[in-house]
Amino acid sequence: MSRVLSWDRSVFVLLVVTVAVGAVIDPDFAGGSNLGFVLQDIGEIMLIALPMTFLIMTGEIDLSVASTAALAGCVLGWAWQASGSMAVAVLAAVGTGVVCGAVNGFLVTRLGLGSLAVTIGTLGLYRGLCYALLGDTTVADFPAGWTNLGFSSIPGTPLPYVTPLLVVLAVAFGVVLHLTRTGRWVFAVGQSVEAARFAGIPVARLKFRLFVVTGAVAGLAGIVYDLRFASARPDGALGFELAVIASVLFGGVSIFGGVGTMWGVVSAVLFLGSVRSLLQLQGVPGNALTIITGGLLLASVVIPVVAQRWSAFRERRSRVLAAATP
Amino acid sequence: MNGGLRRVLAGREAPVAGALLVVLAVTTAVNPRFLSDQGRFDLLVAIAITGLMAVGQTFVLVMRHVDLSVGSVLGLSAFMAGSAVRGDTGGSLLVALLVGIVVGVVAGLVNGALVAFLRLPALVVTLGTLYVFQGVQALLTGGTRINADQLPTSVVSFGVTGFLGVPWLMWVCLLAAALGGVFLRTRRSGRDLYAVGSNPPAAELVGIPVARRTLLAYMVSGACAGGAGVLFLARFGGVDSNAGIGYELPVVAACVVGGVNIFGGSGTVLGALLGAMLLKTMGVSLSALSVPEFWQQAINGLLLLVAITADRIVLLRRERSARVEAARHRREQVDAGPALPTDGADRAGHDGVTTTEVVR
Repeated sequence: MSRVLSWDRSVFVLLVVTVAVGAVIDPDFAGGSNLGFVLQDIGEIMLIALPMTFLIMTGEIDLSVASTAALAGCVLGWAWQASGSMAVAVLAAVGTGVVCGAVNGFLVTRLGLGSLAVTIGTLGLYRGLCYALLGDTTVADFPAGWTNLGFSSIPGTPLPYVTPLLVVLAVAFGVVLHLTRTGRWVFAVGQSVEAARFAGIPVARLKFRLFVVTGAVAGLAGIVYDLRFASARPDGALGFELAVIASVLFGGVSIFGGVGTMWGVVSAVLFLGSVRSLLQLQGVPGNALTIITGGLLLASVVIPVVAQRWSAFRERRSRVLAAATP
Repeated sequence: MNGGLRRVLAGREAPVAGALLVVLAVTTAVNPRFLSDQGRFDLLVAIAITGLMAVGQTFVLVMRHVDLSVGSVLGLSAFMAGSAVRGDTGGSLLVALLVGIVVGVVAGLVNGALVAFLRLPALVVTLGTLYVFQGVQALLTGGTRINADQLPTSVVSFGVTGFLGVPWLMWVCLLAAALGGVFLRTRRSGRDLYAVGSNPPAAELVGIPVARRTLLAYMVSGACAGGAGVLFLARFGGVDSNAGIGYELPVVAACVVGGVNIFGGSGTVLGALLGAMLLKTMGVSLSALSVPEFWQQAINGLLLLVAITADRIVLLRRERSARVEAARHRREQVDAGPALPTDGADRAGHDGVTTTEVVR
């Protein structure tokens, strides 16, 4: 496809169109409270999608993020009950995420195992540890001051407290990916691991760090999730891994690595969130909305290929026609 | 190590079967009721659904593809099959099975066509269809569920009876495994799947109809998931809109534990079935040992990590010994006579071939 209509730009245009159409047909959609609801609804997905973009860009993947988030959430509850200090609990939760990510990174970069298989394994392992830690119980006695952060909005605005976190992290990850050496390394590794290695890029160290950062952010998402529902549960964030990966891929990141933009991914998460909210307001049942996610994901890979084949076909035909006319 | 022992240990079926026997033996020693008639029956029923899906997934994995949509296909097929025979107490089990398998094959055709003809990455395609099929099922069910009293007795009793002490559900799984195993091992088109998985461009160059084989693999995976939907319907005597959600990764895990390489080219149906058996047996035996059941997921995850780590170590050691072997071979050739051609290109080619042969 042409440069003007690259996929990430199309997603951004789709986002704008959806919001505009939504505002016209449904006054509730553009209302402040709905905006706050959408932001809250996509919070964890958006958070985890940021480092996941880096990982997929380097040709790796992490399916264990939802389990990592859940485990960090359980540790938050457990540490809060054990220590009585939320500060300690938050540190323990983020630390848990870091350790989970480091385990993935070690297995992938040191032992040379495939990240798909490794993270399917740790997906089960971390989720199992959630149950081992909390059993079938939930921790629901977080201090009200903290849970208010989870579901009330910043005074004077319709925005939830997670908004500044999302904005700061999205900007930070975007800057790192597009404006720093680390970001250029990520593109280089994704384009060709071998070439990157010959160019002196410390591929293993880079990937290890990306896994650790992914774990840490997933841990953060686990805290956000706990505060939003005011409880820590072993079955939290179930199935989020595929939703995150679907958003990243829909945002124009190639599953083979090396191609993608951060703002494409951010637009994709926002777009999927607004489409779902809009359809929900029109009374489409929640379960059926997965068709939209899946259909859009398929469209994001099918349309470029079909467009490419169509233009190749037209070019061939015009060449044949040109040859036929004397 | 002598050759025979090395071959048995290098194959993945033997260690997995060994681990399975150890789990069975230990659990039975602690809790003799574990393998009583009823206990064995329940265990085999629990294995059948994952086992059948693992058989189908093997076809896709050996081609270096993956099918993440199997859980959604299971849910869709269970619902369609249930609807086809709903309200007819004299209805036929065969109709349900037929509907389920047809739904699965159609789903497989969709996946296969997108992967084979548009050459799209399998992970993205089947992640997309996972959501689409799940949504289609939700639209069709509209939040309703099918209960046992709406189903024909033939379907419900299919889930709780057996033949020769083995549940019917497991017979279905075993039949599929036998057919799939023989096909992959002996048929030319079956071997093609491995060739494609080992080296897709090379497979294309030697004239293997890659697109057709990809379509076939996805249809088999879909058919197995569709059949598993009917087994689900029979086992639980009904279906609701949550059926099959989250089944896809445990199925892939079962295959990988059973030695199916996630990067294609190797793995057997028997191994995948043994992997499914090991993971399921582990879960059931934990509760028989009165270990809290929630350790099951952690242990299954750990097992998967151990399995792929062991594979990796074996592979590295074989690569090293292949290199040593090749170096010695070269030295002997040089010693035998300087007349032999020993130019660099020739050596490199020879080296490469030896390594691949031993590694495969």
